[in-house]
Amino acid sequence: MKSEHLLEVLDLKTSFYTFEGVARAVNGVSYYLDKGETLGIVGESGCGKSVTASSVMRILPEPPGKIEGGTILFDNQDLTKLSQKQMRRIRGGRIAMIFQEPMTSLNPVFTIGNQISEMFILHKGMSRREAMEASADMLDRVQIPAPKARVHEYPHQLSGGMRQRAMIAMALACEPEILIADEPTTALDVTVQAQILDIMLKLKEDTGTAIQMITHDLGVIAETSNRIVVMYAGKVVEEAGTVELFTKTLHPYTRGLLASIPLLGSRSAGTQQSLSEIKGTVPSLFEIPSGCAFRQRCKHAMKICAEREPELEQVGSGHAVRCWLHIPQEKR
Amino acid sequence: MSTLLQAENLEVHFPIKKGVFSRTVGYVYAVDGVDFHLNKGETLGIVGESGCGKTTAGMAVMGLTPATGGRIMFADRDLAAMRRYELKKLRSSMQLIFQDPYSSLNPRMTVNQIIADPMDVHGVYLGRERKDRLAFLLETVGLTPEQGRRYPHEFSGGQRQRIGIARALALDPSIIIGDEPVSALDVSIQAQIINLLLRLKREFDLSLMVISHDLAVVEYLCDRIIVMYVGKIIEEAKYADLYKTPLHPYTQALLSAAPVSDPLREKNRILLHGDVPSPINPPTGCRFHTRCPKRMDICDKVEPEFTEMGEGHRVACHLYTAESGV
Ligand SMILES: Nc1ncnc2c1ncn2[C@@H]1O[C@H](COP(=O)(O)OP(=O)(O)OP(=O)(O)O)[C@@H](O)[C@H]1O
Ligand SMILES: Nc1ncnc2c1ncn2[C@@H]1O[C@H](COP(=O)(O)OP(=O)(O)O)[C@@H](O)[C@H]1O
Ligand code: SF4
Ligand code: SF4
Ligand SMILES: [Mg+2]
Ligand SMILES: [Mg+2]
Repeated sequence: MKSEHLLEVLDLKTSFYTFEGVARAVNGVSYYLDKGETLGIVGESGCGKSVTASSVMRILPEPPGKIEGGTILFDNQDLTKLSQKQMRRIRGGRIAMIFQEPMTSLNPVFTIGNQISEMFILHKGMSRREAMEASADMLDRVQIPAPKARVHEYPHQLSGGMRQRAMIAMALACEPEILIADEPTTALDVTVQAQILDIMLKLKEDTGTAIQMITHDLGVIAETSNRIVVMYAGKVVEEAGTVELFTKTLHPYTRGLLASIPLLGSRSAGTQQSLSEIKGTVPSLFEIPSGCAFRQRCKHAMKICAEREPELEQVGSGHAVRCWLHIPQEKR
Repeated sequence: MSTLLQAENLEVHFPIKKGVFSRTVGYVYAVDGVDFHLNKGETLGIVGESGCGKTTAGMAVMGLTPATGGRIMFADRDLAAMRRYELKKLRSSMQLIFQDPYSSLNPRMTVNQIIADPMDVHGVYLGRERKDRLAFLLETVGLTPEQGRRYPHEFSGGQRQRIGIARALALDPSIIIGDEPVSALDVSIQAQIINLLLRLKREFDLSLMVISHDLAVVEYLCDRIIVMYVGKIIEEAKYADLYKTPLHPYTQALLSAAPVSDPLREKNRILLHGDVPSPINPPTGCRFHTRCPKRMDICDKVEPEFTEMGEGHRVACHLYTAESGV
């Protein structure tokens, strides 16, 4: 199978089989990632961002999780069809992932240097000595002070910000084609977050790695991504270039989100006097309403919204939206 | 404006114990000599990065964490000199809202029981009054009296935060301290709770203290803001002054580092090096000198005093002290 994109996810469906029933966490998600770009995936807690990422990486806990359908195209192969053995050659080397909690990928019983070296040995065939030197070099590139000494330290000897940087060093060690970053700075202080984002974007410039940046923070997304996918209840509801998404926002959910967050400096400047609210809450995966999943919270909900689910409609160059308001009459 | 609460040179040092004899081997200088006050009817914000002492300062003024130095005054009465019944009364007039609505509610109690608990403890709203009071509180925070019979797990995060707020209002407090009151909530729910807090403040003539690491939330909610760094206050100003003309290099860096959800806004990011220092070994002199892009020779030797830079705007930095001023 061929795709013109670096990574193309088509109609991905991933569910969890739980006692309460089947949770359709990712319910037909499609998106693509091109060489060298930063794609932001934004959405509230539980909308399926992390499950999408674990499906692509094939690190889903199976069971209870299961990829039920769709294709994940990377380098002319469908990743959903690969064995775990085949995936191991891609994971870490060609597609790498970093997490909110660095200890998800760092092993507490090995030194930082050991763990980064492993990447070079596995994917680049370096000798142990070469790999250790390359590891120190990597720590230097993520601005960890005294990298030659730090390679011999264990994760617990580093501060939270340093662990995060060590994880980035490990992920980018082999200059992967894709870096999936799942809430990489959510647990960090703002000044450290700014450092880490800066390091990530600089390394990306050097290596040409494409980044899939997953976060619930619209500020982080606005500042790092050139294209954005907005998710709601397991689906993509809007997709556009960053400036377009913030200035020509179409989906009522995206509009609601943008109007409900306090914008730094705006009250002081007198440009934001009140916050509008989105009523209600995100539906649980077991009670997703019929039709449009957002309709119970939507100011514009119409009769058709309860009856049929809108498709993702292309409304402009690179801008797509899943909402009946933007689907022309003749297509209804 | 009358001052409700005042902290003078407040210190909270936690001993670090080691070994079988629990010898004290050092201290966490969590709050290390801070002065602040809360006026009637205002919202005071405390911002700063993780571990700078925000929560500890809030707990200390509530008497929930003992202060190891300084004084806390309520309307000219010293907290330390208060008798038991006075303290009990004070506790009822000052209430807390927590960050985590999931862990701050007892899962085995109904919502009515949770909200009524402080009334039982203080022996108020007894008998027939109770039911009306519960219904009133639930409706005030946007829930229905029927929902009072349900258990916390049946509610979403935002609704649980509403329950926590109803409980905080149960005893008609005059002061509410919110420790990261919206940080754990979904983005689309944060505005609901922020607006609720603003409305309650007006309706019940409350004074609020909002502790948060989120600069945008604090700007939106507060009249006056204190910035903390490693156990110290480094700047204080009215909200608009702080955001329009931050003076302390740390405040400037903090504001410039916060991601803004506006891709068209120009950003002049000041990138700091390193992490926030540990409050166990705070840096000498100015605590920010290890990361400050504007540090001078004096900075690691002498701790800067506060300089008044305008009405209610004070900053602790040698750039603004008379001798070394630029
Ligand atoms: N009971 C305690 N014993 C020992 N140290 C403590 C205790 N409580 C807090 N500390 C320490 O005091 C310092 C200040 O903690 P505090 O909880 O006030 O920070 P904070 O500003 O609220 O941070 P955050 O944004 O992470 O909530 C931290 O270093 C913390 O580890
Ligand atoms: N291991 C699991 N078992 C059951 N449900 C899960 C599991 N992991 C995730 N889910 C559910 O899938 C949905 C999407 O989760 P996730 O992708 O983690 O959301 P987020 O967008 O916050 O990253 C959520 O409702 C979550 O509860
Ligand atoms: S499809 Fe209908 S309910 Fe859904 S967002 Fe559009 S207008 Fe609202
Ligand atoms: S006192 Fe010196 S080190 Fe501290 S903030 Fe001011 S200039 Fe920077
Ligand atoms: Mg997630
Ligand atoms: Mg705290």
